[in-house]
Amino acid sequence: MIELEGACVTAATAEGRTTILEPTTLRLTERRISIIGSNGSGKSTLARLLNGLIVPTSGSVSVRTDSGASARDTGARNARWLDTRTHGAQVRRLVGFAFTDPAAQLVMPTAIEDIALSLRRTHPKKQARLTAARQALAEFGLEALADRSVHTLSGGQKQLLALAAVLAARPAILVADEPTTLLDLRNSLLLRELLLRLPQQVIAVTHDLDLAAQADRTLVIDRARVVFDGPPEAAIDFYRQSVAGPRA
Amino acid sequence: MTFSPLGSYLPGTGPLHRLRPGAKLLGLFAFATAAMALRSVPSTLIALALTIALGFLAGMRGRDFARVGLRFALIGAVLFAFQAWQHGWERGFAVVGTLFALILAASSLTASTSVDDLLDTIVWALGPLRRLGVRPERVALAFSLVLTSIPTVLGLARETREAARARGLERQPRAYLVPFVLRVVAHAQLTGEALQARGIDDDADAAPH
Repeated sequence: MIELEGACVTAATAEGRTTILEPTTLRLTERRISIIGSNGSGKSTLARLLNGLIVPTSGSVSVRTDSGASARDTGARNARWLDTRTHGAQVRRLVGFAFTDPAAQLVMPTAIEDIALSLRRTHPKKQARLTAARQALAEFGLEALADRSVHTLSGGQKQLLALAAVLAARPAILVADEPTTLLDLRNSLLLRELLLRLPQQVIAVTHDLDLAAQADRTLVIDRARVVFDGPPEAAIDFYRQSVAGPRA
Repeated sequence: MTFSPLGSYLPGTGPLHRLRPGAKLLGLFAFATAAMALRSVPSTLIALALTIALGFLAGMRGRDFARVGLRFALIGAVLFAFQAWQHGWERGFAVVGTLFALILAASSLTASTSVDDLLDTIVWALGPLRRLGVRPERVALAFSLVLTSIPTVLGLARETREAARARGLERQPRAYLVPFVLRVVAHAQLTGEALQARGIDDDADAAPH
């Protein structure tokens, strides 16, 4: 569960301060949440607020330690809120983040080494780490690619591997920033199914309206604010009409 | 197939693969010292035979040998011509042959050692420097980031040059140098963001010292 309390992001530009996200208050509890909206509307900024990659200029963002899949570890009784400003590292351990472009995310030379990098904290012993990494690859049907250079993988394989690397660290929540944008039809269907199957709470920013439609709740962002918040069908209708209608 | 300077690692289970990287590095050092000190025709023949055998043990086959040989051919030919002219063909053979044997030995090392193992060795070798404030894990991460960035940066260079050519701007270096530099910086920022998101720098902070 993630909570935004009047979270606002502004940036200094040549013309003065620009608002990237107006003060936003949200309580994100649903298992599947999609975020849609035009280019440059502030979707990616909102996504980056959720795991503390960006901290709000004012207001706050906090994550419950008993979120999603990690509930069994912490126990609801001593659960607490972690503020992204003061507990960034802990928040990022709870909230995994998948980027649009997997190339920037894969930092090790081969597939298995990249997964192993995510497991350094949980598996300090090298042999155990490699075994766990192989298992994580197998969960995504990628075991045959273990020793391949990440540069020789196809776009779909890279995106799957990047996702496997993020999920190998067992976050409770996954935030995905346009996970299907660079994929072909087959791979985006594959990724969509995979995201829906995950035990984690998933919050996906997307232009893929079919993916957005499968959420429990959809937010529409326009010009730096949440303009619609509700069931996906209604949200997508609202978004289509806002694009078709005359703009100020 | 994308060019990768690390394409030289050949997964396998041979004796060289099972040897510890530290031992291999020490062996390479000892071999290089001996081969350079002797540098005679018979010692060069032995060194070449030995390193070809090592290459086979490391899983290298004809194609891999040819690749290493071709890269060395140009400089090897020039060096041989010069040495043979100055000191006779025996000296030329010994110098060029020994150098090629060393390159083969180094190739066997990279062919039989994964980057991860090499990084572990770096971490281990830098261990004593911990009390001086050096963080071996971070040094190793920096090494691997450099290694993975090389193909990415080459790819970006190709893309921006193609884009400039598509617009008929191949004669203007600015038309591809500026976007190239901007894209490399953007890639670096994204990589930094991804490292932060994956909690990788936190690991270094949390590592027990």
